[in-house]
Amino acid sequence: MSDYISHDHEHDGIDRRGFLTCMAWAGTGLLWTIKGGILASTTLAQIAKAGGQLPASDLSFLQISDSHIGFSKEANKDVTETFKIALDRINAMPTPPSFLIHTGDITQLSKPEEFDTFDQLVKSCRTKDVFYVPGEHDVLNDGGKLYRDRYLKTVDAKGSGWYSFNKNGVHFIGLVNVLDLQAGGLGQLGDDQLEWLEADVKGLGPDTPIVVFAHIPLWTVYPQWGWGTSDSERALGYLKRFGSVTVLNGHIHQVLQKVEGNVTFHTAMSTAFPQPAPGTAGASPGPLKVPAEKLRSMLGLTSVQYKQGSSSLAVVDSNLS
Amino acid sequence: MTTLIRKIKMAALICGISSLGLSVFADDAANSSAGSKQNTIEIKDFMFNPQKVTVKSGEKITWINHDEEPHTVVSVGKKFQKSSALDTDQEYSIIAGAPGTYEYFCSVHPKMTATIVVEK
Repeated sequence: MSDYISHDHEHDGIDRRGFLTCMAWAGTGLLWTIKGGILASTTLAQIAKAGGQLPASDLSFLQISDSHIGFSKEANKDVTETFKIALDRINAMPTPPSFLIHTGDITQLSKPEEFDTFDQLVKSCRTKDVFYVPGEHDVLNDGGKLYRDRYLKTVDAKGSGWYSFNKNGVHFIGLVNVLDLQAGGLGQLGDDQLEWLEADVKGLGPDTPIVVFAHIPLWTVYPQWGWGTSDSERALGYLKRFGSVTVLNGHIHQVLQKVEGNVTFHTAMSTAFPQPAPGTAGASPGPLKVPAEKLRSMLGLTSVQYKQGSSSLAVVDSNLS
Repeated sequence: MTTLIRKIKMAALICGISSLGLSVFADDAANSSAGSKQNTIEIKDFMFNPQKVTVKSGEKITWINHDEEPHTVVSVGKKFQKSSALDTDQEYSIIAGAPGTYEYFCSVHPKMTATIVVEK
């Protein structure tokens, strides 16, 4: 399988045939470049050949997800260790990311001691700014109070913990879709949050790049497993007029990507354990046991780069092997 | 002392629920005169099994979580006390109260739904 651009009809560095080939490798370390809604891909091997540097950018940040501190079952008996490896990778980056985004499931059971362990570990990261959204595992018994007390100190959070902020001309929106879930339903944002979202983006120009992050995917990945958000269409409706919308989610512990108009949806790997591909026969949406030597290749993190003046955000997934 | 407080709390809860005219279930801790029959619902592979359980009023119902994921037992319409998150091998029990049909779900994975039917 080649990993170079062989078809570039529009001289834009985009090889559509190559892209389709690369789709099959999702999760093995790809650079995704988003330009005008079309993706191009480059392998991490190519980046390594170019001196280990990602393309020059004005803003780089990193997504980590689903650390599940406290989990100790067969699928990964030492999630603390794999989370440490992820932090080591961040600390080893030639250019440290400006900040981290954690897309939820910090802990396995919302226990104070699990949050304590996480907080202690994350201190070793040389990037100090971390923006959080909760996963359902972080709000198990108290509706998210403990989570909110700890992780929303530096943001102007509303309602059950949603907020937005601006960095280098990019508008970031952190949403909560794991609370007040209804029987038989999916993730849920709720009316209050949706009304806030509508007002939040109202004054922004259509050329403002938007990054939305939330735990459960904001597109319907596999409703039978609850992998979707029931009212995400309404949220996306408020974002339709923007030229570049990047949606970053966790929850499903694997890389999946979808482009719809100007919106790119992307889910990240976990640092704790993998989960089965959506709809795998005989499987359920729980921890996936894989041979020990394979585990780290299915865990990882996601790096995102933005260059001012262009509408492209580059999303790179790299695993922990 | 703990037991006493729990009993008082439960009595208050039951009175509160009764006064609202809702059906009553009680936490097993508060009811030592429960019927002898055990009704066990296994939680495995993100399913409540069996999906529908029919019990007599006063009988004990117990859920056991066999998954590696935490699950909860939450009544639709808050008709009985919800469980806290059950980790692997943890159990939760209630005593069936007034006759009726009770839908419940896992609030962590709301696709997981099931039913309890309580008969006289």
